[in-house]
Amino acid sequence: MIRSLLSGDTPRSLPLALILGGILLCLALAPFLFPGVRTVDTAARICIFIVLVASYDLLLGYGGIVSFAHTMFFGIGAYGVALTSTHMGRGFDAIAIGALAGAGLAAALALLIGLFSLRVRAIFFAMITLAVASAVAVLVSQLSGLTGGEDGLTFKTPRELGPAFKFGKEAFDGRLFGVKLNGKLLAYYFVFTGAALLFLAMLRVVNSPFGRVLQAIRENDFRSESIGYRVVYYRVAATCLSAAIAALAGSLYAVWLRYVGPDTVLSMEIMIDILLMVVIGGMGTLYGAMIGATLFVLAQNYLQNLMGAASHLVEDLPLLPELLSADRWLLWLGVLFVLSVYFFPTGIVGRLREKA
Amino acid sequence: MSAAPEHAPTMARLSLSDRLAPHMPVLLVPLLALAGFVAIMNPASWLTLTVSGLAMGMMIFIMASGLTLVFGLMDVINFGHGAFVSVGAFVGISVLMLLGHMTSAPSLILNLAAVLLAVIGAMLATGAMGWAFEKIIVAPVYGHHLKQILVTMGGLIVVEQLIIVLWGPEEIYFNRPEALKGAITFAGAAIEKYRLVAVAVGLAVFAAMRWVLRGTKIGLIVRAGVENGEMVQALGYRLKLIFVGVFIAGSALAGLGGVMWALYQEVITAHMGNHAMILIFIVVIIGGLGSVEGCFIGALLVGLMQNYIAFLEPKAALISNIALMVTILMWRPMGMIPVVKAK
Repeated sequence: MIRSLLSGDTPRSLPLALILGGILLCLALAPFLFPGVRTVDTAARICIFIVLVASYDLLLGYGGIVSFAHTMFFGIGAYGVALTSTHMGRGFDAIAIGALAGAGLAAALALLIGLFSLRVRAIFFAMITLAVASAVAVLVSQLSGLTGGEDGLTFKTPRELGPAFKFGKEAFDGRLFGVKLNGKLLAYYFVFTGAALLFLAMLRVVNSPFGRVLQAIRENDFRSESIGYRVVYYRVAATCLSAAIAALAGSLYAVWLRYVGPDTVLSMEIMIDILLMVVIGGMGTLYGAMIGATLFVLAQNYLQNLMGAASHLVEDLPLLPELLSADRWLLWLGVLFVLSVYFFPTGIVGRLREKA
Repeated sequence: MSAAPEHAPTMARLSLSDRLAPHMPVLLVPLLALAGFVAIMNPASWLTLTVSGLAMGMMIFIMASGLTLVFGLMDVINFGHGAFVSVGAFVGISVLMLLGHMTSAPSLILNLAAVLLAVIGAMLATGAMGWAFEKIIVAPVYGHHLKQILVTMGGLIVVEQLIIVLWGPEEIYFNRPEALKGAITFAGAAIEKYRLVAVAVGLAVFAAMRWVLRGTKIGLIVRAGVENGEMVQALGYRLKLIFVGVFIAGSALAGLGGVMWALYQEVITAHMGNHAMILIFIVVIIGGLGSVEGCFIGALLVGLMQNYIAFLEPKAALISNIALMVTILMWRPMGMIPVVKAK
């Protein structure tokens, strides 16, 4: 049962299985294990980033294509939900239409970019996506009439997903294990279920014949072409699929935050975060996305405090406090990133699987 | 014996379009300028915009030329190239600020000397950094595009953050040297002096580069290396050494471009290199990766296009470059002047 749910791609390593199980358990029971606004918010962010990073891994780890437009697709999904919810009024129909429209638009855009660049050289793709993504980010902040510009859009999700909605008054007295039964809890499980379904769907894709061909192309595109696979078609299809899933992750994020803005969904920083998560977790294994996203989001929320404390400790020394201040954590991540590409190209998951 | 077959060779002249086709990329620049003239319908504004477009194009060319050569020679794609632009700008402007007494004096000689010192400082710094970057970041990942992109991107992040550590996170505003401020009026059009300087420097760099590549032995080896690296190595030249040299030269040029870009904008931020990278990539793609001439033409096209569109329809300025890239890739998928690899 679990095997077929995971499409036959089990962790294949006991420590890895334990870590993944732990993450899954913590996320599934997050509102009950760690009640508190900030912790539940962190858990929801982890769920969404797992999907986003896994969809990027589909492209980078399985397809061997580097894209810098993944936040653009993420943003398209988020803005899709925000726009439909603003103009159609709150409701699940608005969310569904927004998410589908966002995913469709993202896939269409990916198709266009892919056809232009991938038919020549895979390396063009990285550069063109960088250019297109930055142009779109500028466009979104300029079209303030439609997108709210730099301020972004705040909108309403269905009443059932808001904290004002309470349920289970008669049966449980409105509480379960001391946790208030309200719409925020439902919203969390909406995000969690959506993320889990998308993740399982991606596992299915990478373990299908299609996924096999992608990996073959990553290893040796010339040879795959000679065997008779149309390399361009497969690469473009992977790009579109990954874009659509990233857009759906963006829709989940918009539903959770009830807000979208260029800085939260479109910025280049998020793109760099995604890259780090994929590489640190392990390219070419969707489980790597799970570990990478969890570690990274936790570090983002809690490690910065630690660095601030360390910076205070060395206050009297020259330059060191600057290097250790919480704002400079990207510096250390960059160093970590370069080192991990050199020394652990397979990431945490790859290392654990080697040992097994 | 049968009669010789009827043979009537046609001696038609090549049609005009056939004869123009090889020169089409070069002709695109005046064509675009002409199209801009028709669209703007005001000679004075057109002249101002054209000069500023050319100035911008020259600066982008200086920044992009190193990237395209490095790719052509060793198949190395350096996403961290923008870091050299930022570092060049910061070092150069710091030197300029130190020489405040020279830049504020209303003497052209003193001002130019200060700028020259700043440029030398910036180029030395970025050249040295290029050498270190090649040794530490790029050398371990030869022949592996995916890792190159990731690692050089990581290097870019680290350098950007180090700039913030050293110079602080705020934008730095400064003034151009006295003699480069202001504009001259020519045929009713106001042309900023600095832009003329930028055009002159850009042309000089292009001419020097062409002379090195076409007129010297080093250039011959570099060009041969771009075409067929293995053969050059087999003939006994240490291509690796040449490559390091080209990398350092390209980084130093990026530093020069950074100083010029900073003087153009009169403000520097740690992320300016990253922003410049977007234009640089568009330019090297439409020019044909590895081709210096293509890069030059591409840079001029992008500069002109950006300025014309910003005047006609400000909101479409950034999109216009993407549109230009798409059009050119539809016409020539490998870029305007594709590099022929003998393999």
